[in-house]
Amino acid sequence: MDFSQQLLSKIATSDKHGENSPYFDGWKAYERNPFHPTKNPQGVIQMGLAENQLSFDLIEEWILSNPEASICTPEGVHQFRNVANFQDYHGLQEFRNGIANWMSKVRGGRVRFDPDRILMSGGATGANELIMFCLADPGDAFMIPTPFYPAFVRDLCWRTGVQLIPVHCHSSNNFKITREALEEAYKKAKEDNINVKGLIITNPSNPLGTTLDKDTLKSLVSFINEKNIHFVCDEIYAATVFSSSPSYVSVAEVIQEMEHCNRDLIHVIYSLSKDMGFPGFRVGIVYSFNDEVVSCGRKMSSFGLISSQTQHMLASMLSDEKFVTKFLSENSRRLEERHDKFMKGLEEVNITRFPSNAGIFCWMNLKSLLKEPTFEAELKLWRVIINEVKLNVSPGSSFDCSEPGWFRVCFANMDDETMDIALNRIRAFVGKETKKPVGLKRWQPNLRLSFSSRRFDESVMSPHSPIASPLVQAT
Amino acid sequence: MALGTNSFQLLSNIATNDKHGENSPYFDGWKAYESNPFHPTKNPQGVIQMGLAENQLCFDLIEEWIINNPKASICTPEGVKWFKYIANFQDYHGLPEFRNAVANFMSKVRGGRVRFDPDRILMGGGATGANELIMFCLADPGDAFLVPSPYYPAFVRDLCWRTKARLIPVECHSSNNFNITREALEEAYSKAKDGNINVKGLIITNPSNPLGTTMDRETLKSIVGFINEKNIHLVCDEIYAATVFRAPCFVSVSEVMQDVEHCNKDLIHIVYSLSKDLGIPGFRVGIVYSYNDKVVNNGRKMSSFGLVSSQTQYLLAALLSDDEFVERFLAESARRLAARHNHFTKGLEKVNITCLPSNAGLFVWMNLRGLLKEKTFEGEMMLWRVIINEVKLNVSPGSAFNCSEPGWYRVCFDNMDDETVDVAVKRIRAFVGKETGKPVELKRWKSNLRLSFSSRRFDENVMSPHMMSPHSPMPHSPLVRAT
Repeated sequence: MDFSQQLLSKIATSDKHGENSPYFDGWKAYERNPFHPTKNPQGVIQMGLAENQLSFDLIEEWILSNPEASICTPEGVHQFRNVANFQDYHGLQEFRNGIANWMSKVRGGRVRFDPDRILMSGGATGANELIMFCLADPGDAFMIPTPFYPAFVRDLCWRTGVQLIPVHCHSSNNFKITREALEEAYKKAKEDNINVKGLIITNPSNPLGTTLDKDTLKSLVSFINEKNIHFVCDEIYAATVFSSSPSYVSVAEVIQEMEHCNRDLIHVIYSLSKDMGFPGFRVGIVYSFNDEVVSCGRKMSSFGLISSQTQHMLASMLSDEKFVTKFLSENSRRLEERHDKFMKGLEEVNITRFPSNAGIFCWMNLKSLLKEPTFEAELKLWRVIINEVKLNVSPGSSFDCSEPGWFRVCFANMDDETMDIALNRIRAFVGKETKKPVGLKRWQPNLRLSFSSRRFDESVMSPHSPIASPLVQAT
Repeated sequence: MALGTNSFQLLSNIATNDKHGENSPYFDGWKAYESNPFHPTKNPQGVIQMGLAENQLCFDLIEEWIINNPKASICTPEGVKWFKYIANFQDYHGLPEFRNAVANFMSKVRGGRVRFDPDRILMGGGATGANELIMFCLADPGDAFLVPSPYYPAFVRDLCWRTKARLIPVECHSSNNFNITREALEEAYSKAKDGNINVKGLIITNPSNPLGTTMDRETLKSIVGFINEKNIHLVCDEIYAATVFRAPCFVSVSEVMQDVEHCNKDLIHIVYSLSKDLGIPGFRVGIVYSYNDKVVNNGRKMSSFGLVSSQTQYLLAALLSDDEFVERFLAESARRLAARHNHFTKGLEKVNITCLPSNAGLFVWMNLRGLLKEKTFEGEMMLWRVIINEVKLNVSPGSAFNCSEPGWYRVCFDNMDDETVDVAVKRIRAFVGKETGKPVELKRWKSNLRLSFSSRRFDENVMSPHMMSPHSPMPHSPLVRAT
């Protein structure tokens, strides 16, 4: 049969899902040769996944002590039918109360959240898409500071038809988001007849691992207020702020001090994927200060409600004050400890990284190892790191960074021993690199490098998995 | 507020249009229920909820299995060692064990007559998310899908709201038991083409909501022949597949395509869910099964927006892989659904109320044309108001399903216990007795009551008084507040 009519939709056949970018298959090396401490100690170590695996023991302990939180235990099964049957898109009241309580504690109790403004969605992925569907029409634009999470292209633009306008930030001033940069990007968009609907930031930042100071945040709020555009704050790393760091400042706090701020413009995206290490549970939250957005967003949440089984379990966990306090402080402590250990290891070979106070990764500066200060050289170095050093890290260009030489390296998705091995390898490599010129023959320029879809979903493979690889098969 | 007098729209068009369906005249249909919900002891005169297509008949079987299989949960002492791995698993392929189990279950539901490939199974946020996902894969904004009427009201939201696809109803009539005829399809298709509308496909629900009937093999073959000839997609929503409780047995499109010559498999897609067959709508288990490789590949990427919770995948993987349980469940569920259907319909026959003969679903398609004051949709709405306010049963009028003829009502009865069914039947008998005994008095009708369907209606969630958790702080009402 000979058809010119396209069988699938434009959305289905476009590549806005982001997986066909040159950065797609970055993990072929990992897939073929995944590290395992005993079975494959020479394998590639996965450092491209922003996951928090450091505090599961605390959660498991709570779970065993609270059997009624599950609908599958003898203590909890009497709730099975109620919960299994509950599909109300408002969500379980206890769940929303638990989330509001948790979100407040994460912000040191300095702000309270209204459970009735909490909307559910399919992970942060679904939450980001949902807020775009509510705020922007196809062709509208959102400004976004670089470097930014690569999968924002998929989450914010793919099915919504929205476009992103990068606002470039530079290491010369610590990647600060300046008013000038915002004004310039906004003005240029207007001149190009692009309808700017808002600004989206990630705070704490992925990939920088830093939090915004209060003044910068206030200046951003003033900017969007003045332009009457929306402000979406992706705060999914809020509880990964290190214990010794100054307190995290959320947009929710800052607007309390800004009387003239139009709250209808302010929206928070949240999730438990990073803070608690639960990406599998698909807990995405949209919290909007705009009543209309809450109302319409709630209807939309039908497309990605959280499993009532999971809502029910988390409702009790997040309402348990004692547990929440203990978890938040211990989790921060462990993240900081892991971060410090990794940093010390890098410093020993004079690798600098961007000073960070949050996150589950670091933004590593390898400019001095680049053959030339170009993105081609960055990719070449990346191939070497993957194939020779056998570490899967993420090159800055995939985050739309304006300067070559930066790499994001995740460190909270492995145990201490694996981290030691990673550090040893880095030290050996840098030692070699700085002693002699890099031998070209070691580079395999024909290896197609890109990021796997899993990268965007940042999934992980436990050594217990029958398939010791994050990818069952590349699609 | 800094808006001033400009006409700048703060929210998107999607956010401010009403394609979510909740502002239709059928929105608030449940005010009566909300303000006065039935409870066997606390409020025996309250409104009985018969507008929710839910399967609450077999929870005991699942609960028993759960207690006997503690390893299926990541929260039991026996299962907690898997907590970390499962909580961390967000691969959009889904747990292989989950996909294998769903493929196994889907096959068993079809009597083992067809096998499903686990690698073609995609997840969606409930059937709601699955239906939207397949539309996003197949249709561009403005493209149309044919849909036989009467059909599930929330298809407007699921298939059209954010996708901007459109629906073209293909009318079916009681004169031939609402069968979908080739003529009706051809006519609707041809009319669309004349109107320059790009028809991308046809979507059917089989077994049917609201009819409760399964499609016979010949009709299904003819439909497959039709879409094949027109080179348009066929989406079969088979979410009621395991609610078939008597002959004829369910024939799935997956079976029929094997028999149609030169059938282009790239056009065939199935939407599935566990919400109706297992009675677990809260778990949001939506499935898209496509025979088209490109749809599988792209749809899988899209499923990131509505993956099934890994905790739930893990539980269901074990449950649905247990062949002994699955076979026992399917047989017992069908038996109970049949018994309940008989109980209800026999009760109605005594007062000469007939329903469309049906063999599936969680409801009947009741024929109340004889009680209409006028054979119009206004007449149908008037009667509906009486049923809600006087008879105190929340049922769904046929016009909500885009039915072409007034006088039909969908009545659900698998979301309650036997005693409540008896109460409902008694009330219907009393009402019909009165109605046929003397002319209906106009003064009993409250024609100014705004009647429409709540959003929850579209989501078909339930708040049966028996199902309300005693711990819930909410009053006995499915709606916290209308939005």
